[in-house]
Amino acid sequence: MQQTRTVELGTGLFALLGMGALFFLSTQTTGGEDFSADKTFEITARFDNVGSLRPRAPVSMSGVTIGRVKRIEFDPSALDAVVTMDIDARYDQIPEDSDASVLTAGLLGSQYIGLQAGGSEFYLEDGSEILLTQSAIVLESLIGKFLVRGGSDEGTD
Amino acid sequence: MLRDLYYTLFEFVRTFGALQLFFLRLLIHSPTVIWRRFGLVVGQVYNAGALSLVIIIICGVFVGAVLGLQGFSNLSRFNAEDSVGAVAALALVKELGPVITALLFAGRAGTALSSEIGLMKATDQLSAMEMMAVNPIRRVVVPRFLGGVVAMPLLAAIFSMVGLLGAHLVCVSLLGVDVGSFWQQMQQSVEVADINEGIVKSVVFGIAASLLAVWEGYNAIPTAEGVGRATTRTVVLTAIVVLIFDFMITAVAI
Repeated sequence: MQQTRTVELGTGLFALLGMGALFFLSTQTTGGEDFSADKTFEITARFDNVGSLRPRAPVSMSGVTIGRVKRIEFDPSALDAVVTMDIDARYDQIPEDSDASVLTAGLLGSQYIGLQAGGSEFYLEDGSEILLTQSAIVLESLIGKFLVRGGSDEGTD
Repeated sequence: MLRDLYYTLFEFVRTFGALQLFFLRLLIHSPTVIWRRFGLVVGQVYNAGALSLVIIIICGVFVGAVLGLQGFSNLSRFNAEDSVGAVAALALVKELGPVITALLFAGRAGTALSSEIGLMKATDQLSAMEMMAVNPIRRVVVPRFLGGVVAMPLLAAIFSMVGLLGAHLVCVSLLGVDVGSFWQQMQQSVEVADINEGIVKSVVFGIAASLLAVWEGYNAIPTAEGVGRATTRTVVLTAIVVLIFDFMITAVAI
């Protein structure tokens, strides 16, 4: 009897410790700022070049994550990339003429979309498209331009 | 020569098939055992899990500490020693946690399972049970298998957690990495998908390690030498299978 109790106690402690470890791993090591919203609305933006932007990359405004990239597609007729984003429905007062750019977190960090507020009185809503966009800065082409500077001075688009 | 090769290949395929059938038999008996003989499963979780805690915790601390040390000395070349937390966490949660735990589990619990069952067979205890109309698969094998399957993911989680604490100890307390950036960099780079990958791996490894251990024990040649050989084969086979599965799961997950 005594032995059964020891075994049961040991097993219980072991299982609790294991579940505690799982809980610790899933809460303490994963991202706290993981974006989750009950209601979202969808907006799109067209970029000439999205660089290495990936789905689920954050969409941020003033440094705060307000949404996520939902999907990235290539539009064969307009020959550009169409990025669809989910924006938290709480932020329904973003001016319509805001501009979107593909930015990089840190020097070698992952890429995200930054929104810069415009001045319009109309707001972005479900299905709106952001017209003012700026492509990702591709490091290789930047270096290329720097190296051949003076040859052809085309300027960025 | 060719005939030997043919025979070896034939035997391999036959053994492999027998292993699958054995696995199916275990699965078929599992619900009944869980329902009627839950106490036996609890006892085996204690044997395979709680008694392996000491080795898992000690190894975990030192693996984490080494990761922290190596990561620090290499990352400090790029002035990026703040991301040592991210490196250690990703390595532990995705790879080292499940794999090293499975190898330690094979050494600590797998050998115990196979030698116990093998010795039961060698001393005719399994035949005696059959004579008493007790199914040895249900009474002896399935509880041990289930105990291992339950214990392994929990052990892997404990290993990863303890490893992180070891890395924390070395990096933050000894080498002076900032606590905030250690954890913040970790939280930025580890995603829920990484944790899930680790859990999937540890469950698969748990099934593989426990299955191979009870299989080898149950099919051991019932002599002292046979039991010894079965124990050795358990460790060797588990190590090979775990590392192959590790590669396959990682390839699928990426």
